[in-house]
Amino acid sequence: MAAPIVAATGIHKHFGALHVLKNVDLLVAERELVFVIGPSGSGKSTLLRCLNRLEEPSGGSIIVDGIDMLARSTDINKARQRIGMVFQQFNLYPHMTALGNVMLALRKVQGKDKTEAEARARAALARVDLADRAEHFPGQLSGGQQQRVAIARAIALEPRVMLFDEPTSALDPELVGGVLQAMRELRESGMTMVVVSHEMAFARAAADRVVFMADGQVVEQGPPASVFGNPQHERTRAFIGQIERH
Amino acid sequence: MTSWDRFTDSFFNARVAAEYLPKIIDGFWLTIALALCIIATGLTAGLALAVIRSFSIRPLNWLIIFVVDLFRALPPLVIIALLYFGLPSAGLTMDGFTATWLSLSFVLMAFTEEIFWAGITAVPRGQWEAARSTGLGFLPTLGHVVLPQAIRMTIPPLTNRTIAITKGTALGSVVAVSEILGAAQAGVSFSFNPTPLTLGALAYVVLFVPVVIFGRWIETRFAWKR
Repeated sequence: MAAPIVAATGIHKHFGALHVLKNVDLLVAERELVFVIGPSGSGKSTLLRCLNRLEEPSGGSIIVDGIDMLARSTDINKARQRIGMVFQQFNLYPHMTALGNVMLALRKVQGKDKTEAEARARAALARVDLADRAEHFPGQLSGGQQQRVAIARAIALEPRVMLFDEPTSALDPELVGGVLQAMRELRESGMTMVVVSHEMAFARAAADRVVFMADGQVVEQGPPASVFGNPQHERTRAFIGQIERH
Repeated sequence: MTSWDRFTDSFFNARVAAEYLPKIIDGFWLTIALALCIIATGLTAGLALAVIRSFSIRPLNWLIIFVVDLFRALPPLVIIALLYFGLPSAGLTMDGFTATWLSLSFVLMAFTEEIFWAGITAVPRGQWEAARSTGLGFLPTLGHVVLPQAIRMTIPPLTNRTIAITKGTALGSVVAVSEILGAAQAGVSFSFNPTPLTLGALAYVVLFVPVVIFGRWIETRFAWKR
Protein backbone atom coordinates (compact mmCIF):
# COMPACT_ATOMS: atom_id res chain seq x y z
CA MET A 1 0.00 0.00 0.00
CA ALA A 2 1.23 3.47 -0.85
CA ALA A 3 1.54 5.94 2.00
CA PRO A 4 -1.92 5.95 3.54
CA ILE A 5 -3.94 9.17 3.46
CA VAL A 6 -5.63 8.14 6.72
CA ALA A 7 -3.46 6.47 9.31
CA ALA A 8 -5.15 5.83 12.62
CA THR A 9 -3.01 3.63 14.83
CA GLY A 10 -3.42 2.29 18.33
CA ILE A 11 -6.70 4.13 18.88
CA HIS A 12 -8.27 3.78 22.29
CA LYS A 13 -11.48 5.39 23.43
CA HIS A 14 -13.00 5.26 26.88
CA PHE A 15 -16.44 6.57 27.79
CA GLY A 16 -16.08 6.59 31.56
CA ALA A 17 -15.63 2.92 32.52
CA LEU A 18 -16.61 1.80 29.03
CA HIS A 19 -13.71 0.83 26.77
CA VAL A 20 -15.26 1.22 23.30
CA LEU A 21 -12.13 1.23 21.11
CA LYS A 22 -9.32 -1.15 22.04
CA ASN A 23 -6.13 -0.50 20.15
CA VAL A 24 -7.71 -0.09 16.72
CA ASP A 25 -5.66 0.50 13.56
CA LEU A 26 -7.23 1.82 10.38
CA LEU A 27 -5.11 2.64 7.34
CA VAL A 28 -6.78 3.97 4.23
CA ALA A 29 -4.99 4.47 0.91
CA GLU A 30 -5.74 7.33 -1.40
CA ARG A 31 -8.79 6.67 -3.63
CA GLU A 32 -9.70 3.67 -1.53
CA LEU A 33 -13.27 2.97 -0.39
CA VAL A 34 -13.25 1.24 2.97
CA PHE A 35 -16.44 -0.16 4.42
CA VAL A 36 -16.61 -0.57 8.18
CA ILE A 37 -19.24 -3.04 9.34
CA GLY A 38 -20.08 -4.66 12.62
CA PRO A 39 -22.83 -5.10 15.21
CA SER A 40 -24.15 -2.01 16.95
CA GLY A 41 -21.93 -1.05 19.85
CA SER A 42 -18.85 -2.41 18.11
CA GLY A 43 -17.31 1.09 18.08
CA LYS A 44 -17.37 1.65 14.31
CA SER A 45 -19.12 5.05 14.49
CA THR A 46 -16.87 6.11 17.35
CA LEU A 47 -13.82 5.19 15.28
CA LEU A 48 -15.13 7.25 12.37
CA ARG A 49 -15.82 10.23 14.65
CA CYS A 50 -12.32 10.01 16.07
CA LEU A 51 -10.85 10.50 12.59
CA ASN A 52 -11.98 14.16 12.46
CA ARG A 53 -11.86 14.50 16.25
CA LEU A 54 -15.57 14.96 16.78
CA GLU A 55 -14.72 12.35 19.38
CA GLU A 56 -11.51 12.82 21.32
CA PRO A 57 -9.55 9.54 21.32
CA SER A 58 -8.16 8.52 24.72
CA GLY A 59 -4.97 7.33 23.06
CA GLY A 60 -3.30 6.58 19.76
CA SER A 61 -2.28 8.56 16.74
CA ILE A 62 -4.30 9.89 13.80
CA ILE A 63 -2.62 11.27 10.69
CA VAL A 64 -4.89 12.50 7.89
CA ASP A 65 -3.35 13.81 4.69
CA GLY A 66 -0.07 14.34 6.52
CA ILE A 67 -1.63 16.29 9.39
CA ASP A 68 -1.32 15.02 12.93
CA MET A 69 -4.94 15.40 14.03
CA LEU A 70 -4.16 14.99 17.73
CA ALA A 71 -1.22 17.39 17.92
CA ARG A 72 -1.73 20.40 20.11
CA SER A 73 -0.30 22.67 17.41
CA THR A 74 -2.73 21.46 14.74
CA ASP A 75 -5.41 23.96 13.72
CA ILE A 76 -8.31 21.54 13.95
CA ASN A 77 -10.70 23.79 12.01
CA LYS A 78 -8.23 23.93 9.15
CA ALA A 79 -7.63 20.18 9.24
CA ARG A 80 -11.34 19.39 9.26
CA GLN A 81 -11.82 21.10 5.90
CA ARG A 82 -9.89 18.19 4.36
CA ILE A 83 -12.27 15.67 5.90
CA GLY A 84 -15.91 15.78 4.82
CA MET A 85 -18.47 14.09 7.02
CA VAL A 86 -22.00 12.86 6.36
CA PHE A 87 -24.22 11.93 9.29
CA GLN A 88 -27.00 9.44 9.83
CA GLN A 89 -29.45 12.22 10.71
CA PHE A 90 -28.28 14.54 7.87
CA ASN A 91 -27.95 17.46 10.33
CA LEU A 92 -28.82 20.11 7.77
CA TYR A 93 -29.29 23.60 9.17
CA PRO A 94 -33.10 23.97 9.15
CA HIS A 95 -33.03 27.78 8.99
CA MET A 96 -31.06 27.86 5.73
CA THR A 97 -31.91 26.79 2.20
CA ALA A 98 -30.03 23.92 0.58
CA LEU A 99 -27.81 26.52 -1.06
CA GLY A 100 -27.29 28.30 2.27
CA ASN A 101 -26.32 25.01 3.92
CA VAL A 102 -23.65 24.36 1.30
CA MET A 103 -22.44 27.98 1.21
CA LEU A 104 -21.96 28.54 4.95
CA ALA A 105 -18.52 26.94 5.34
CA LEU A 106 -17.39 28.17 1.91
CA ARG A 107 -18.06 31.71 3.10
CA LYS A 108 -17.22 31.59 6.80
CA VAL A 109 -14.43 28.98 6.85
CA GLN A 110 -12.79 29.32 3.46
CA GLY A 111 -13.57 33.04 3.17
CA LYS A 112 -14.80 32.86 -0.40
CA ASP A 113 -16.75 35.86 -1.68
CA LYS A 114 -20.46 35.46 -2.26
CA THR A 115 -20.29 34.95 -6.03
CA GLU A 116 -17.63 32.27 -5.88
CA ALA A 117 -19.19 30.51 -2.89
CA GLU A 118 -22.53 30.41 -4.65
CA ALA A 119 -21.02 29.06 -7.88
CA ARG A 120 -19.22 26.31 -5.97
CA ALA A 121 -22.30 25.50 -3.89
CA ARG A 122 -24.49 25.23 -7.00
CA ALA A 123 -21.89 22.99 -8.66
CA ALA A 124 -21.83 20.73 -5.58
CA LEU A 125 -25.64 20.54 -5.54
CA ALA A 126 -25.59 19.68 -9.26
CA ARG A 127 -23.20 16.82 -8.52
CA VAL A 128 -25.76 15.24 -6.19
CA ASP A 129 -28.48 15.94 -8.77
CA LEU A 130 -30.22 18.65 -6.73
CA ALA A 131 -29.52 21.77 -8.81
CA ASP A 132 -33.27 22.46 -8.93
CA ARG A 133 -33.68 22.26 -5.13
CA ALA A 134 -31.14 24.95 -4.20
CA GLU A 135 -33.74 27.37 -2.83
CA HIS A 136 -35.63 24.74 -0.80
CA PHE A 137 -35.40 24.54 2.97
CA PRO A 138 -34.54 21.14 4.51
CA GLY A 139 -38.10 20.79 5.78
CA GLN A 140 -39.31 20.93 2.17
CA LEU A 141 -37.02 18.10 1.03
CA SER A 142 -37.33 14.32 1.37
CA GLY A 143 -34.88 12.49 3.61
CA GLY A 144 -32.94 11.26 0.61
CA GLN A 145 -32.69 14.76 -0.83
CA GLN A 146 -31.60 16.13 2.56
CA GLN A 147 -28.83 13.55 2.76
CA ARG A 148 -27.67 14.49 -0.74
CA VAL A 149 -27.58 18.16 0.29
CA ALA A 150 -25.45 17.05 3.25
CA ILE A 151 -23.09 15.29 0.83
CA ALA A 152 -22.95 18.45 -1.29
CA ARG A 153 -22.20 20.51 1.84
CA ALA A 154 -19.21 18.27 2.55
CA ILE A 155 -17.79 17.92 -0.98
CA ALA A 156 -18.11 21.64 -1.73
CA LEU A 157 -15.08 22.16 0.53
CA GLU A 158 -13.10 19.79 -1.71
CA PRO A 159 -12.03 17.42 1.04
CA ARG A 160 -9.37 14.76 0.57
CA VAL A 161 -11.35 12.17 2.52
CA MET A 162 -15.07 11.63 3.04
CA LEU A 163 -16.51 9.95 6.13
CA PHE A 164 -20.01 8.48 5.99
CA ASP A 165 -21.65 7.57 9.30
CA GLU A 166 -24.57 5.27 8.45
CA PRO A 167 -25.72 7.61 5.67
CA THR A 168 -28.77 5.58 4.67
CA SER A 169 -29.92 4.19 8.03
CA ALA A 170 -32.49 6.90 8.65
CA LEU A 171 -33.99 6.70 5.16
CA ASP A 172 -37.08 4.98 3.83
CA PRO A 173 -35.99 2.12 1.53
CA GLU A 174 -37.17 3.85 -1.65
CA LEU A 175 -34.96 6.88 -0.89
CA VAL A 176 -31.74 4.95 -0.35
CA GLY A 177 -30.98 4.58 -4.06
CA GLY A 178 -30.43 8.27 -4.71
CA VAL A 179 -27.95 8.59 -1.86
CA LEU A 180 -26.03 5.50 -2.93
CA GLN A 181 -25.97 6.87 -6.48
CA ALA A 182 -24.40 10.09 -5.20
CA MET A 183 -21.84 8.05 -3.25
CA ARG A 184 -21.10 5.91 -6.32
CA GLU A 185 -20.52 9.03 -8.39
CA LEU A 186 -18.17 10.32 -5.71
CA ARG A 187 -16.32 7.02 -5.66
CA GLU A 188 -15.91 7.08 -9.44
CA SER A 189 -14.43 10.57 -9.22
CA GLY A 190 -11.65 9.05 -7.09
CA MET A 191 -12.67 10.26 -3.63
CA THR A 192 -11.18 8.43 -0.66
CA MET A 193 -14.10 7.22 1.43
CA VAL A 194 -14.62 5.56 4.79
CA VAL A 195 -18.18 4.31 5.12
CA VAL A 196 -19.90 2.92 8.19
CA SER A 197 -23.03 1.28 6.85
CA HIS A 198 -25.15 -1.83 6.62
CA GLU A 199 -25.70 -1.52 2.85
CA MET A 200 -24.08 -4.86 2.11
CA ALA A 201 -25.03 -4.90 -1.56
CA PHE A 202 -23.33 -1.53 -2.01
CA ALA A 203 -20.29 -2.77 -0.10
CA ARG A 204 -19.99 -5.82 -2.33
CA ALA A 205 -20.30 -3.73 -5.47
CA ALA A 206 -18.21 -0.68 -4.59
CA ALA A 207 -15.89 -1.30 -1.62
CA ASP A 208 -12.18 -2.02 -2.02
CA ARG A 209 -11.95 -3.36 1.48
CA VAL A 210 -14.34 -4.36 4.23
CA VAL A 211 -13.35 -3.97 7.88
CA PHE A 212 -15.35 -5.99 10.38
CA MET A 213 -15.38 -4.67 13.94
CA ALA A 214 -16.73 -6.20 17.11
CA ASP A 215 -16.32 -5.22 20.76
CA GLY A 216 -14.11 -2.25 19.92
CA GLN A 217 -11.61 -4.23 17.88
CA VAL A 218 -10.98 -4.96 14.23
CA VAL A 219 -11.72 -8.66 13.94
CA GLU A 220 -11.15 -9.18 10.25
CA GLN A 221 -10.62 -7.23 7.07
CA GLY A 222 -10.12 -7.85 3.36
CA PRO A 223 -11.74 -7.50 -0.03
CA PRO A 224 -15.55 -7.76 0.11
CA ALA A 225 -15.57 -11.04 -1.75
CA SER A 226 -13.47 -12.75 0.91
CA VAL A 227 -14.99 -11.10 3.99
CA PHE A 228 -18.54 -11.79 2.81
CA GLY A 229 -17.87 -15.00 0.91
CA ASN A 230 -15.31 -16.68 3.12
CA PRO A 231 -15.17 -15.07 6.58
CA GLN A 232 -12.34 -16.43 8.70
CA HIS A 233 -13.62 -15.61 12.19
CA GLU A 234 -16.58 -17.02 14.03
CA ARG A 235 -17.90 -13.55 14.92
CA THR A 236 -17.69 -12.38 11.32
CA ARG A 237 -19.51 -15.50 10.14
CA ALA A 238 -22.26 -14.97 12.72
CA PHE A 239 -22.66 -11.30 11.78
CA ILE A 240 -22.64 -11.87 8.01
CA GLY A 241 -25.10 -14.74 8.48
CA GLN A 242 -27.44 -12.52 10.45
CA ILE A 243 -27.28 -9.71 7.88
CA GLU A 244 -27.82 -12.05 4.92
CA ARG A 245 -30.90 -13.57 6.51
CA HIS A 246 -32.64 -10.19 6.33
CA MET B 1 -76.49 64.17 42.05
CA THR B 2 -77.31 60.54 41.29
CA SER B 3 -74.79 57.83 41.98
CA TRP B 4 -74.27 57.41 38.21
CA ASP B 5 -73.39 61.09 37.96
CA ARG B 6 -71.03 60.70 40.90
CA PHE B 7 -69.41 57.72 39.12
CA THR B 8 -68.89 59.52 35.81
CA ASP B 9 -67.80 62.68 37.61
CA SER B 10 -65.14 60.61 39.42
CA PHE B 11 -63.78 58.47 36.62
CA PHE B 12 -64.70 60.31 33.41
CA ASN B 13 -64.48 63.94 34.43
CA ALA B 14 -63.93 65.88 31.21
CA ARG B 15 -62.45 68.95 32.88
CA VAL B 16 -59.94 66.96 34.91
CA ALA B 17 -59.17 64.79 31.88
CA ALA B 18 -58.40 67.83 29.73
CA GLU B 19 -56.21 69.28 32.45
CA TYR B 20 -54.11 66.17 33.06
CA LEU B 21 -54.04 64.63 29.57
CA PRO B 22 -50.77 66.40 28.64
CA LYS B 23 -49.11 65.01 31.77
CA ILE B 24 -50.34 61.51 30.97
CA ILE B 25 -49.02 61.88 27.41
CA ASP B 26 -45.64 62.93 28.80
CA GLY B 27 -45.81 59.85 31.02
CA PHE B 28 -46.72 57.75 27.99
CA TRP B 29 -43.51 58.74 26.18
CA LEU B 30 -41.47 58.26 29.33
CA THR B 31 -42.88 54.75 29.73
CA ILE B 32 -41.94 53.96 26.13
CA ALA B 33 -38.42 55.32 26.62
CA LEU B 34 -38.00 53.37 29.86
CA ALA B 35 -39.37 50.19 28.32
CA LEU B 36 -37.08 50.45 25.28
CA CYS B 37 -34.05 50.98 27.52
CA ILE B 38 -34.99 47.93 29.61
CA ILE B 39 -35.59 45.75 26.55
CA ALA B 40 -32.30 46.81 24.94
CA THR B 41 -30.11 46.19 27.98
CA GLY B 42 -32.08 43.26 29.43
CA LEU B 43 -32.18 41.20 26.23
CA THR B 44 -28.57 42.00 25.32
CA ALA B 45 -27.27 41.12 28.78
CA GLY B 46 -29.40 37.95 28.90
CA LEU B 47 -28.09 36.81 25.51
CA ALA B 48 -24.53 37.65 26.51
CA LEU B 49 -24.82 35.59 29.71
CA ALA B 50 -26.28 32.64 27.78
CA VAL B 51 -23.41 32.82 25.28
CA ILE B 52 -20.83 32.98 28.07
CA ARG B 53 -22.55 30.04 29.73
CA SER B 54 -22.19 27.98 26.55
CA PHE B 55 -18.40 28.06 26.99
CA SER B 56 -18.94 25.74 29.99
CA ILE B 57 -16.39 27.42 32.27
CA ARG B 58 -17.52 25.95 35.54
CA PRO B 59 -16.89 28.72 38.13
CA LEU B 60 -18.27 31.29 35.69
CA ASN B 61 -21.40 29.22 35.13
CA TRP B 62 -21.97 28.86 38.87
CA LEU B 63 -21.78 32.65 39.14
CA ILE B 64 -24.22 33.12 36.24
CA ILE B 65 -26.69 30.62 37.72
CA PHE B 66 -26.45 32.31 41.13
CA VAL B 67 -27.04 35.82 39.72
CA VAL B 68 -29.87 34.62 37.47
CA ASP B 69 -31.62 32.75 40.28
CA LEU B 70 -31.22 35.74 42.59
CA PHE B 71 -32.88 38.17 40.18
CA ARG B 72 -35.60 35.68 39.33
CA ALA B 73 -36.37 35.23 43.01
CA LEU B 74 -36.40 38.88 44.13
CA PRO B 75 -39.57 40.91 43.56
CA PRO B 76 -38.66 43.71 41.10
CA LEU B 77 -40.02 46.34 43.51
CA VAL B 78 -37.55 45.19 46.16
CA ILE B 79 -34.65 45.61 43.74
CA ILE B 80 -35.86 49.09 42.78
CA ALA B 81 -36.19 50.07 46.44
CA LEU B 82 -32.73 48.70 47.24
CA LEU B 83 -31.11 50.68 44.44
CA TYR B 84 -33.08 53.89 45.03
CA PHE B 85 -33.39 54.01 48.82
CA GLY B 86 -30.54 51.70 49.83
CA LEU B 87 -27.59 52.73 47.69
CA PRO B 88 -27.49 56.41 48.83
CA SER B 89 -26.45 55.25 52.29
CA ALA B 90 -23.48 53.61 50.54
CA GLY B 91 -22.72 56.98 48.97
CA LEU B 92 -24.20 56.15 45.57
CA THR B 93 -27.32 57.97 44.49
CA MET B 94 -29.29 57.40 41.35
CA ASP B 95 -32.50 58.91 40.05
CA GLY B 96 -35.72 56.93 39.89
CA PHE B 97 -35.47 56.40 36.14
CA THR B 98 -32.00 54.84 36.42
CA ALA B 99 -33.01 52.71 39.41
CA THR B 100 -36.08 51.38 37.61
CA TRP B 101 -34.21 50.87 34.35
CA LEU B 102 -31.35 48.96 36.03
CA SER B 103 -33.62 46.87 38.25
CA LEU B 104 -35.95 45.74 35.50
CA SER B 105 -32.99 45.18 33.16
CA PHE B 106 -31.49 42.79 35.72
CA VAL B 107 -34.78 40.95 36.03
CA LEU B 108 -35.26 40.74 32.26
CA MET B 109 -31.63 39.67 31.88
CA ALA B 110 -32.14 36.86 34.38
CA PHE B 111 -35.26 35.49 32.73
CA THR B 112 -34.00 35.84 29.16
CA GLU B 113 -30.68 34.18 30.04
CA GLU B 114 -32.64 31.13 31.14
CA ILE B 115 -34.82 31.26 28.01
CA PHE B 116 -31.87 31.68 25.62
CA TRP B 117 -29.95 28.97 27.46
CA ALA B 118 -32.90 26.57 27.17
CA GLY B 119 -33.00 27.39 23.44
CA ILE B 120 -29.27 26.78 22.98
CA THR B 121 -29.41 23.41 24.74
CA ALA B 122 -32.51 22.44 22.73
CA VAL B 123 -30.59 22.68 19.44
CA PRO B 124 -29.59 19.09 18.60
CA ARG B 125 -25.95 18.13 19.10
CA GLY B 126 -25.84 17.04 15.46
CA GLN B 127 -26.10 20.69 14.40
CA TRP B 128 -22.90 21.49 16.32
CA GLU B 129 -21.18 18.42 14.92
CA ALA B 130 -22.17 19.11 11.32
CA ALA B 131 -20.94 22.70 11.51
CA ARG B 132 -17.74 21.81 13.37
CA SER B 133 -17.02 19.00 10.88
CA THR B 134 -16.88 21.59 8.08
CA GLY B 135 -14.19 23.48 9.96
CA LEU B 136 -16.44 26.13 11.48
CA GLY B 137 -15.11 27.24 14.89
CA PHE B 138 -17.03 27.32 18.17
CA LEU B 139 -18.17 30.94 18.01
CA PRO B 140 -19.10 30.97 14.29
CA THR B 141 -21.06 27.74 14.87
CA LEU B 142 -22.85 29.37 17.79
CA GLY B 143 -23.52 32.54 15.79
CA HIS B 144 -24.51 31.14 12.40
CA VAL B 145 -26.02 27.75 13.23
CA VAL B 146 -27.08 27.41 16.86
CA LEU B 147 -28.29 30.86 17.97
CA PRO B 148 -30.55 31.50 14.94
CA GLN B 149 -32.35 28.24 15.74
CA ALA B 150 -32.31 28.82 19.50
CA ILE B 151 -33.73 32.33 19.14
CA ARG B 152 -36.51 31.18 16.83
CA MET B 153 -37.53 28.53 19.33
CA THR B 154 -37.55 31.04 22.16
CA ILE B 155 -39.47 33.87 20.49
CA PRO B 156 -42.83 33.03 22.17
CA PRO B 157 -41.54 32.83 25.79
CA LEU B 158 -39.25 35.77 25.07
CA THR B 159 -42.06 38.07 23.90
CA ASN B 160 -44.23 37.03 26.84
CA ARG B 161 -41.49 37.74 29.34
CA THR B 162 -40.52 41.01 27.68
CA ILE B 163 -44.11 42.26 27.79
CA ALA B 164 -44.44 41.22 31.44
CA ILE B 165 -41.24 43.01 32.47
CA THR B 166 -41.96 46.21 30.51
CA LYS B 167 -45.34 46.47 32.23
CA GLY B 168 -43.26 46.61 35.41
CA THR B 169 -42.25 50.14 34.39
CA ALA B 170 -45.32 51.15 36.44
CA LEU B 171 -43.23 50.29 39.51
CA GLY B 172 -41.19 53.38 38.69
CA SER B 173 -44.07 55.44 40.13
CA VAL B 174 -42.86 54.35 43.59
CA VAL B 175 -39.51 56.08 43.07
CA ALA B 176 -40.84 59.32 41.60
CA VAL B 177 -40.59 58.41 37.93
CA SER B 178 -43.47 60.23 36.24
CA GLU B 179 -44.18 57.48 33.75
CA ILE B 180 -47.85 56.76 33.02
CA LEU B 181 -48.85 55.54 36.49
CA GLY B 182 -46.69 58.10 38.26
CA ALA B 183 -48.21 60.94 36.22
CA ALA B 184 -51.72 59.58 36.82
CA GLN B 185 -51.25 59.29 40.57
CA ALA B 186 -49.86 62.81 40.75
CA GLY B 187 -52.92 63.96 38.81
CA VAL B 188 -55.22 62.22 41.28
CA SER B 189 -53.50 63.86 44.25
CA PHE B 190 -53.71 67.34 42.76
CA SER B 191 -57.27 67.13 41.42
CA PHE B 192 -58.82 64.98 44.19
CA ASN B 193 -60.39 63.06 41.30
CA PRO B 194 -59.47 59.58 39.95
CA THR B 195 -60.06 60.49 36.28
CA PRO B 196 -56.27 60.67 35.58
CA LEU B 197 -56.12 56.99 36.56
CA THR B 198 -58.70 56.23 33.88
CA LEU B 199 -56.51 58.09 31.41
CA GLY B 200 -53.51 56.13 32.64
CA ALA B 201 -55.30 52.82 32.14
CA LEU B 202 -56.25 53.95 28.63
CA ALA B 203 -52.64 54.90 27.93
CA TYR B 204 -51.47 51.41 28.98
CA VAL B 205 -54.06 49.84 26.69
CA VAL B 206 -52.98 52.07 23.79
CA LEU B 207 -49.35 51.16 24.46
CA PHE B 208 -49.51 47.45 25.17
CA VAL B 209 -52.28 46.12 22.94
CA PRO B 210 -50.16 46.85 19.84
CA VAL B 211 -47.15 45.31 21.60
CA VAL B 212 -49.13 42.12 22.29
CA ILE B 213 -50.33 42.05 18.66
CA PHE B 214 -46.77 42.65 17.49
CA GLY B 215 -45.65 39.75 19.69
CA ARG B 216 -48.19 37.49 18.05
CA TRP B 217 -47.09 38.61 14.58
CA ILE B 218 -43.43 38.01 15.36
CA GLU B 219 -44.25 34.49 16.59
CA THR B 220 -45.84 33.56 13.25
CA ARG B 221 -43.20 35.44 11.28
CA PHE B 222 -40.44 33.32 12.79
CA ALA B 223 -42.14 29.97 12.35
CA TRP B 224 -40.20 27.52 10.15
CA LYS B 225 -40.79 27.71 6.45
CA ARG B 226 -42.15 24.36 5.35
